[in-house]
Amino acid sequence: MVNKKRNGNVYTIMYAALMVTLVAALLALASQGLKPRQLANIMAETQLTILRSVHLEDQPYEKYITDTVAGPQQLPLFICTLDDGTRKYIIPLEGKGLWGPLRGYLALNDDFRTIYGAVFDHDSETPGLGAEITTSFFSDPFRGKSLYSGDQFVSISVLKQGRSHNNPNAVDGISGGTLTSRGVENMIRESLKPYIPFLRHYE
Amino acid sequence: MNRRIFLDPLFKNNPIPVLALGICSALAVTVKLEPAMVMALSVTLVTGFSSMILSLLRNTIPNRIRIIVQLVVVAALVILVDQILKAFAWQISKQLSVFVGLIITNCIIMGRIEAFALINKPFPSFVDGLANGLGYGIILIAVSIVRELLGSGTLMGYHLIPQQWYVANGGFYENNGLFILPPMALIVLGLIVWVFNAKNARRT
Repeated sequence: MVNKKRNGNVYTIMYAALMVTLVAALLALASQGLKPRQLANIMAETQLTILRSVHLEDQPYEKYITDTVAGPQQLPLFICTLDDGTRKYIIPLEGKGLWGPLRGYLALNDDFRTIYGAVFDHDSETPGLGAEITTSFFSDPFRGKSLYSGDQFVSISVLKQGRSHNNPNAVDGISGGTLTSRGVENMIRESLKPYIPFLRHYE
Repeated sequence: MNRRIFLDPLFKNNPIPVLALGICSALAVTVKLEPAMVMALSVTLVTGFSSMILSLLRNTIPNRIRIIVQLVVVAALVILVDQILKAFAWQISKQLSVFVGLIITNCIIMGRIEAFALINKPFPSFVDGLANGLGYGIILIAVSIVRELLGSGTLMGYHLIPQQWYVANGGFYENNGLFILPPMALIVLGLIVWVFNAKNARRT
Protein backbone atom coordinates (compact mmCIF):
# COMPACT_ATOMS: atom_id res chain seq x y z
CA MET A 1 0.00 0.00 0.00
CA VAL A 2 2.68 2.42 1.07
CA ASN A 3 4.67 1.69 -2.05
CA LYS A 4 1.71 2.36 -4.29
CA LYS A 5 1.17 5.74 -2.73
CA ARG A 6 4.87 6.59 -3.17
CA ASN A 7 4.66 5.78 -6.87
CA GLY A 8 1.66 8.00 -7.64
CA ASN A 9 2.07 10.96 -9.97
CA VAL A 10 0.53 13.49 -7.62
CA TYR A 11 2.70 12.40 -4.72
CA THR A 12 5.86 12.52 -6.86
CA ILE A 13 5.13 15.99 -8.22
CA MET A 14 4.18 17.41 -4.82
CA TYR A 15 7.27 15.89 -3.25
CA ALA A 16 9.56 17.35 -5.89
CA ALA A 17 7.95 20.79 -5.70
CA LEU A 18 8.14 20.93 -1.92
CA MET A 19 11.72 19.71 -1.88
CA VAL A 20 13.11 22.21 -4.38
CA THR A 21 11.28 25.09 -2.70
CA LEU A 22 12.74 24.21 0.67
CA VAL A 23 16.25 23.71 -0.69
CA ALA A 24 16.10 26.94 -2.69
CA ALA A 25 15.00 28.90 0.37
CA LEU A 26 17.77 27.38 2.47
CA LEU A 27 20.48 28.16 -0.08
CA ALA A 28 19.22 31.70 -0.68
CA LEU A 29 19.32 32.28 3.06
CA ALA A 30 22.87 30.92 3.36
CA SER A 31 24.08 32.93 0.38
CA GLN A 32 22.61 36.18 1.68
CA GLY A 33 23.83 35.54 5.21
CA LEU A 34 27.41 34.87 4.15
CA LYS A 35 27.67 37.54 1.46
CA PRO A 36 29.04 40.37 3.66
CA ARG A 37 31.89 38.14 4.85
CA GLN A 38 32.67 36.97 1.32
CA LEU A 39 32.73 40.52 -0.04
CA ALA A 40 34.93 41.59 2.85
CA ASN A 41 37.33 38.75 1.96
CA ILE A 42 37.49 39.85 -1.67
CA MET A 43 38.02 43.48 -0.68
CA ALA A 44 40.71 42.63 1.88
CA GLU A 45 42.49 40.52 -0.69
CA THR A 46 42.47 43.29 -3.31
CA GLN A 47 43.89 45.75 -0.79
CA LEU A 48 46.53 43.27 0.37
CA THR A 49 47.56 42.60 -3.22
CA ILE A 50 47.94 46.30 -3.94
CA LEU A 51 50.03 46.71 -0.78
CA ARG A 52 52.19 43.74 -1.76
CA SER A 53 53.02 45.38 -5.09
CA VAL A 54 54.72 48.22 -3.18
CA HIS A 55 56.27 45.90 -0.54
CA LEU A 56 54.06 47.11 2.33
CA GLU A 57 52.33 43.82 3.25
CA ASP A 58 51.26 44.47 6.82
CA GLN A 59 50.53 48.19 6.62
CA PRO A 60 47.12 49.87 6.75
CA TYR A 61 45.77 50.40 3.23
CA GLU A 62 44.20 53.82 3.80
CA LYS A 63 47.42 55.27 5.16
CA TYR A 64 49.46 54.71 2.01
CA ILE A 65 47.21 54.18 -0.99
CA THR A 66 44.89 56.61 -2.76
CA ASP A 67 42.58 55.44 -5.52
CA THR A 68 42.41 57.70 -8.53
CA VAL A 69 41.98 57.66 -12.30
CA ALA A 70 44.37 58.51 -15.09
CA GLY A 71 43.87 60.28 -18.39
CA PRO A 72 40.68 61.13 -20.28
CA GLN A 73 39.65 57.44 -20.36
CA GLN A 74 39.47 57.39 -16.56
CA LEU A 75 41.85 54.43 -16.27
CA PRO A 76 42.10 53.11 -12.72
CA LEU A 77 45.32 54.05 -10.95
CA PHE A 78 46.51 53.73 -7.37
CA ILE A 79 49.03 56.14 -5.95
CA CYS A 80 51.16 55.04 -3.04
CA THR A 81 52.92 57.66 -0.94
CA LEU A 82 55.78 56.13 1.02
CA ASP A 83 56.93 57.36 4.42
CA ASP A 84 59.75 59.39 2.85
CA GLY A 85 57.29 61.16 0.54
CA THR A 86 58.23 59.40 -2.72
CA ARG A 87 55.33 58.31 -4.84
CA LYS A 88 54.79 54.99 -6.56
CA TYR A 89 52.15 54.52 -9.26
CA ILE A 90 50.30 51.22 -9.23
CA ILE A 91 48.63 50.04 -12.43
CA PRO A 92 46.16 47.12 -12.41
CA LEU A 93 46.82 44.38 -14.98
CA GLU A 94 44.40 41.99 -16.65
CA GLY A 95 45.14 39.29 -19.17
CA LYS A 96 44.79 35.70 -20.29
CA GLY A 97 46.75 32.75 -18.92
CA LEU A 98 46.72 29.19 -20.17
CA TRP A 99 43.45 28.09 -18.54
CA GLY A 100 41.83 31.29 -17.36
CA PRO A 101 42.22 34.97 -16.53
CA LEU A 102 45.37 36.47 -15.01
CA ARG A 103 45.46 39.56 -12.83
CA GLY A 104 48.13 41.63 -11.22
CA TYR A 105 49.43 45.00 -10.13
CA LEU A 106 52.56 46.71 -11.39
CA ALA A 107 54.06 49.50 -9.28
CA LEU A 108 56.18 52.05 -11.15
CA ASN A 109 58.72 54.45 -9.72
CA ASP A 110 58.01 58.15 -10.23
CA ASP A 111 60.21 58.19 -13.35
CA PHE A 112 57.40 56.09 -14.96
CA ARG A 113 60.09 53.91 -16.58
CA THR A 114 61.32 51.46 -13.97
CA ILE A 115 59.36 48.92 -11.99
CA TYR A 116 59.17 49.17 -8.23
CA GLY A 117 57.23 45.99 -7.60
CA ALA A 118 54.86 43.47 -9.15
CA VAL A 119 52.30 40.93 -8.00
CA PHE A 120 50.41 38.41 -10.08
CA ASP A 121 47.38 36.26 -9.50
CA HIS A 122 45.36 33.79 -11.51
CA ASP A 123 42.15 31.78 -11.43
CA SER A 124 43.08 28.34 -12.68
CA GLU A 125 46.69 27.98 -13.82
CA THR A 126 48.34 24.60 -13.25
CA PRO A 127 49.38 24.23 -9.58
CA GLY A 128 53.14 23.92 -9.25
CA LEU A 129 53.74 25.19 -12.80
CA GLY A 130 51.87 28.22 -14.14
CA ALA A 131 50.44 28.91 -10.71
CA GLU A 132 53.96 29.74 -9.50
CA ILE A 133 53.54 33.25 -10.96
CA THR A 134 52.02 34.18 -7.59
CA THR A 135 55.29 33.42 -5.76
CA SER A 136 57.95 36.01 -4.98
CA PHE A 137 60.42 33.76 -6.79
CA PHE A 138 58.74 34.90 -10.01
CA SER A 139 57.65 38.44 -9.14
CA ASP A 140 60.71 39.72 -7.22
CA PRO A 141 63.02 39.94 -10.29
CA PHE A 142 60.63 42.50 -11.86
CA ARG A 143 61.88 45.06 -9.38
CA GLY A 144 64.27 47.52 -11.02
CA LYS A 145 63.55 46.34 -14.56
CA SER A 146 62.81 49.01 -17.15
CA LEU A 147 59.82 49.32 -19.47
CA TYR A 148 61.84 51.40 -21.94
CA SER A 149 64.86 50.71 -24.07
CA GLY A 150 66.19 54.17 -24.85
CA ASP A 151 63.01 56.07 -25.70
CA GLN A 152 61.16 53.05 -27.04
CA PHE A 153 58.43 51.39 -24.96
CA VAL A 154 59.39 47.70 -24.99
CA SER A 155 57.50 46.44 -21.92
CA ILE A 156 58.95 43.43 -20.10
CA SER A 157 59.76 40.13 -21.81
CA VAL A 158 59.35 36.89 -19.88
CA LEU A 159 62.12 34.65 -21.23
CA LYS A 160 63.12 31.04 -20.83
CA GLN A 161 64.58 30.42 -17.40
CA GLY A 162 68.17 31.65 -17.16
CA ARG A 163 68.05 33.81 -20.31
CA SER A 164 67.19 37.15 -18.71
CA HIS A 165 70.56 37.60 -17.03
CA ASN A 166 71.66 41.28 -17.10
CA ASN A 167 68.79 42.16 -19.48
CA PRO A 168 67.07 45.31 -18.12
CA ASN A 169 63.88 44.59 -20.09
CA ALA A 170 63.37 40.91 -19.27
CA VAL A 171 62.76 38.48 -16.42
CA ASP A 172 62.94 34.69 -16.14
CA GLY A 173 59.83 32.66 -16.92
CA ILE A 174 58.81 29.42 -15.26
CA SER A 175 60.01 26.06 -16.59
CA GLY A 176 56.94 24.02 -17.44
CA GLY A 177 54.78 27.13 -17.28
CA THR A 178 55.74 28.66 -20.60
CA LEU A 179 52.22 29.48 -21.75
CA THR A 180 51.37 31.15 -18.46
CA SER A 181 54.67 33.06 -18.56
CA ARG A 182 53.81 34.27 -22.04
CA GLY A 183 50.38 35.25 -20.74
CA VAL A 184 52.06 37.45 -18.12
CA GLU A 185 54.22 39.05 -20.79
CA ASN A 186 51.22 39.86 -22.98
CA MET A 187 49.17 41.00 -19.99
CA ILE A 188 51.80 43.57 -19.01
CA ARG A 189 52.20 44.92 -22.54
CA GLU A 190 48.47 45.11 -23.29
CA SER A 191 47.47 46.51 -19.89
CA LEU A 192 50.12 49.23 -19.98
CA LYS A 193 49.37 50.37 -23.54
CA PRO A 194 46.44 52.65 -22.70
CA TYR A 195 48.52 54.25 -19.93
CA ILE A 196 51.49 55.17 -22.12
CA PRO A 197 50.27 58.60 -23.32
CA PHE A 198 49.52 59.45 -19.72
CA LEU A 199 52.90 58.22 -18.52
CA ARG A 200 54.67 60.22 -21.24
CA HIS A 201 52.80 63.27 -20.10
CA TYR A 202 54.19 62.90 -16.60
CA GLU A 203 57.78 62.22 -17.59
CA MET B 1 27.94 -2.85 14.93
CA ASN B 2 28.50 0.91 14.74
CA ARG B 3 32.16 0.29 15.45
CA ARG B 4 32.46 -1.92 12.41
CA ILE B 5 30.51 0.53 10.27
CA PHE B 6 33.05 3.14 11.28
CA LEU B 7 36.26 1.12 11.01
CA ASP B 8 35.60 -0.87 7.85
CA PRO B 9 35.69 2.07 5.40
CA LEU B 10 38.93 3.37 6.89
CA PHE B 11 41.07 0.38 5.97
CA LYS B 12 39.43 -2.90 4.98
CA ASN B 13 36.87 -1.35 2.64
CA ASN B 14 38.50 2.00 1.99
CA PRO B 15 36.53 3.71 -0.79
CA ILE B 16 39.52 4.70 -2.93
CA PRO B 17 41.86 1.71 -3.12
CA VAL B 18 39.37 -1.08 -2.42
CA LEU B 19 36.05 0.12 -3.83
CA ALA B 20 37.75 2.29 -6.51
CA LEU B 21 35.41 5.25 -5.85
CA GLY B 22 36.41 8.92 -5.79
CA ILE B 23 39.69 8.42 -7.64
CA CYS B 24 39.24 11.44 -9.92
CA SER B 25 39.44 14.08 -7.20
CA ALA B 26 42.14 12.10 -5.38
CA LEU B 27 44.34 12.70 -8.43
CA ALA B 28 43.44 16.37 -8.75
CA VAL B 29 43.73 17.91 -5.28
CA THR B 30 46.76 16.06 -3.90
CA VAL B 31 49.54 18.38 -5.13
CA LYS B 32 49.77 20.05 -1.71
CA LEU B 33 48.85 18.81 1.75
CA GLU B 34 46.75 21.73 2.98
CA PRO B 35 44.11 21.79 0.23
CA ALA B 36 43.98 17.98 0.40
CA MET B 37 43.08 18.20 4.10
CA VAL B 38 40.37 20.79 3.52
CA MET B 39 39.01 18.73 0.65
CA ALA B 40 38.99 15.62 2.87
CA LEU B 41 37.10 17.50 5.59
CA SER B 42 34.58 18.92 3.10
CA VAL B 43 33.89 15.52 1.55
CA THR B 44 33.57 13.93 5.01
CA LEU B 45 30.95 16.48 6.06
CA VAL B 46 29.01 16.11 2.80
CA THR B 47 29.01 12.29 2.87
CA GLY B 48 28.06 12.22 6.55
CA PHE B 49 25.17 14.66 6.36
CA SER B 50 23.84 13.59 2.97
CA SER B 51 23.71 9.97 4.15
CA MET B 52 21.93 11.01 7.33
CA ILE B 53 19.39 13.30 5.65
CA LEU B 54 18.56 10.79 2.95
CA SER B 55 18.26 8.02 5.52
CA LEU B 56 15.73 10.17 7.41
CA LEU B 57 13.80 10.67 4.16
CA ARG B 58 14.20 7.11 2.93
CA ASN B 59 10.59 6.04 3.60
CA THR B 60 9.09 9.07 1.87
CA ILE B 61 11.15 9.37 -1.33
CA PRO B 62 9.13 8.57 -4.47
CA ASN B 63 10.86 5.70 -6.28
CA ARG B 64 10.83 7.28 -9.69
CA ILE B 65 12.74 10.40 -8.69
CA ARG B 66 14.99 8.70 -6.16
CA ILE B 67 18.30 9.70 -7.82
CA ILE B 68 17.10 13.26 -8.39
CA VAL B 69 16.20 13.66 -4.72
CA GLN B 70 19.66 12.38 -3.77
CA LEU B 71 21.30 14.81 -6.16
CA VAL B 72 19.34 17.77 -4.82
CA VAL B 73 20.32 17.00 -1.24
CA VAL B 74 23.99 16.44 -2.11
CA ALA B 75 24.15 19.51 -4.35
CA ALA B 76 22.60 21.71 -1.66
CA LEU B 77 25.17 20.52 0.89
CA VAL B 78 28.04 21.07 -1.55
CA ILE B 79 26.90 24.62 -2.30
CA LEU B 80 26.68 25.27 1.44
CA VAL B 81 30.25 23.99 1.94
CA ASP B 82 31.46 26.13 -0.96
CA GLN B 83 29.78 29.26 0.41
CA ILE B 84 31.12 28.64 3.92
CA LEU B 85 34.66 28.11 2.64
CA LYS B 86 34.42 31.33 0.65
CA ALA B 87 33.34 33.18 3.76
CA PHE B 88 35.70 31.65 6.32
CA ALA B 89 38.63 30.07 4.43
CA TRP B 90 39.05 32.32 1.44
CA GLN B 91 42.63 31.34 0.52
CA ILE B 92 41.91 27.63 0.59
CA SER B 93 38.66 27.99 -1.30
CA LYS B 94 40.66 29.75 -4.00
CA GLN B 95 43.12 26.87 -4.16
CA LEU B 96 40.40 24.23 -4.31
CA SER B 97 38.49 26.31 -6.89
CA VAL B 98 36.33 24.05 -9.02
CA PHE B 99 36.97 20.90 -7.02
CA VAL B 100 34.61 21.88 -4.22
CA GLY B 101 31.76 22.11 -6.72
CA LEU B 102 32.84 18.79 -8.14
CA ILE B 103 32.29 17.06 -4.79
CA ILE B 104 28.79 16.50 -6.21
CA THR B 105 30.24 14.11 -8.74
CA ASN B 106 32.29 12.23 -6.15
CA CYS B 107 31.19 8.64 -6.60
CA ILE B 108 31.64 7.87 -2.90
CA ILE B 109 28.68 10.02 -1.90
CA MET B 110 26.08 8.60 -4.29
CA GLY B 111 27.58 5.14 -3.81
CA ARG B 112 27.12 5.18 -0.04
CA ILE B 113 23.63 6.67 -0.26
CA GLU B 114 22.45 4.00 -2.67
CA ALA B 115 24.23 1.11 -0.98
CA PHE B 116 23.76 2.04 2.66
CA ALA B 117 21.73 5.08 3.64
CA LEU B 118 18.52 4.11 1.81
CA ILE B 119 18.25 0.79 3.69
CA ASN B 120 19.61 1.78 7.11
CA LYS B 121 18.62 4.00 10.04
CA PRO B 122 19.87 7.62 10.21
CA PHE B 123 22.60 7.22 12.84
CA PRO B 124 24.39 4.23 11.29
CA SER B 125 24.07 6.01 7.91
CA PHE B 126 25.68 9.13 9.36
CA VAL B 127 28.55 7.05 10.77
CA ASP B 128 28.94 5.22 7.48
CA GLY B 129 29.07 8.48 5.55
CA LEU B 130 31.59 10.06 7.91
CA ALA B 131 33.80 6.98 7.91
CA ASN B 132 33.83 6.77 4.13
CA GLY B 133 34.75 10.44 3.93
CA LEU B 134 37.55 9.85 6.43
CA GLY B 135 38.76 6.81 4.51
CA TYR B 136 38.89 9.00 1.42
CA GLY B 137 40.72 11.65 3.42
CA ILE B 138 43.39 9.25 4.67
CA ILE B 139 44.33 8.33 1.10
CA LEU B 140 44.25 11.97 -0.02
CA ILE B 141 46.57 12.98 2.80
CA ALA B 142 48.95 10.07 2.17
CA VAL B 143 49.21 10.86 -1.54
CA SER B 144 49.59 14.60 -0.99
CA ILE B 145 52.37 14.15 1.61
CA VAL B 146 54.41 12.14 -0.90
CA ARG B 147 53.70 14.56 -3.73
CA GLU B 148 54.32 17.81 -1.83
CA LEU B 149 57.50 16.52 -0.17
CA LEU B 150 59.10 15.11 -3.33
CA GLY B 151 57.60 17.60 -5.77
CA SER B 152 58.05 20.89 -3.90
CA GLY B 153 60.28 19.96 -0.92
CA THR B 154 57.67 21.37 1.48
CA LEU B 155 54.87 20.20 3.80
CA MET B 156 51.99 22.56 4.61
CA GLY B 157 54.10 25.19 2.83
CA TYR B 158 57.12 24.78 5.17
CA HIS B 159 60.46 23.93 3.57
CA LEU B 160 61.69 20.59 4.88
CA ILE B 161 64.57 20.07 2.46
CA PRO B 162 67.49 22.29 3.56
CA GLN B 163 68.14 25.10 1.07
CA GLN B 164 71.85 24.30 0.76
CA TRP B 165 71.03 20.81 -0.57
CA TYR B 166 69.65 22.27 -3.79
CA VAL B 167 71.71 22.21 -6.98
CA ALA B 168 70.94 25.93 -7.42
CA ASN B 169 72.80 26.57 -4.13
CA GLY B 170 75.69 24.22 -4.91
CA GLY B 171 74.14 21.07 -3.45
CA PHE B 172 73.10 17.75 -4.95
CA TYR B 173 69.30 17.80 -4.67
CA GLU B 174 66.56 18.84 -7.05
CA ASN B 175 62.78 18.71 -6.60
CA ASN B 176 61.15 16.13 -8.82
CA GLY B 177 58.74 18.15 -10.97
CA LEU B 178 57.00 14.97 -12.11
CA PHE B 179 55.37 14.64 -8.68
CA ILE B 180 53.48 17.89 -9.24
CA LEU B 181 51.85 16.55 -12.39
CA PRO B 182 48.77 14.29 -12.40
CA PRO B 183 50.51 11.15 -13.80
CA MET B 184 52.55 10.82 -10.62
CA ALA B 185 49.36 10.99 -8.54
CA LEU B 186 48.13 7.97 -10.45
CA ILE B 187 51.39 6.09 -9.80
CA VAL B 188 51.44 6.94 -6.07
CA LEU B 189 47.77 5.95 -5.81
CA GLY B 190 48.55 2.74 -7.70
CA LEU B 191 51.20 1.85 -5.13
CA ILE B 192 48.70 2.46 -2.33
CA VAL B 193 46.13 0.23 -4.05
CA TRP B 194 48.82 -2.44 -4.30
CA VAL B 195 49.53 -2.25 -0.55
CA PHE B 196 45.82 -2.44 0.30
CA ASN B 197 45.20 -5.36 -2.04
CA ALA B 198 48.19 -7.29 -0.74
CA LYS B 199 47.04 -6.75 2.85
CA ASN B 200 43.42 -7.65 2.17
CA ALA B 201 44.43 -10.78 0.24
CA ARG B 202 46.42 -11.99 3.21
CA ARG B 203 43.58 -11.32 5.63
CA THR B 204 40.99 -13.42 3.83
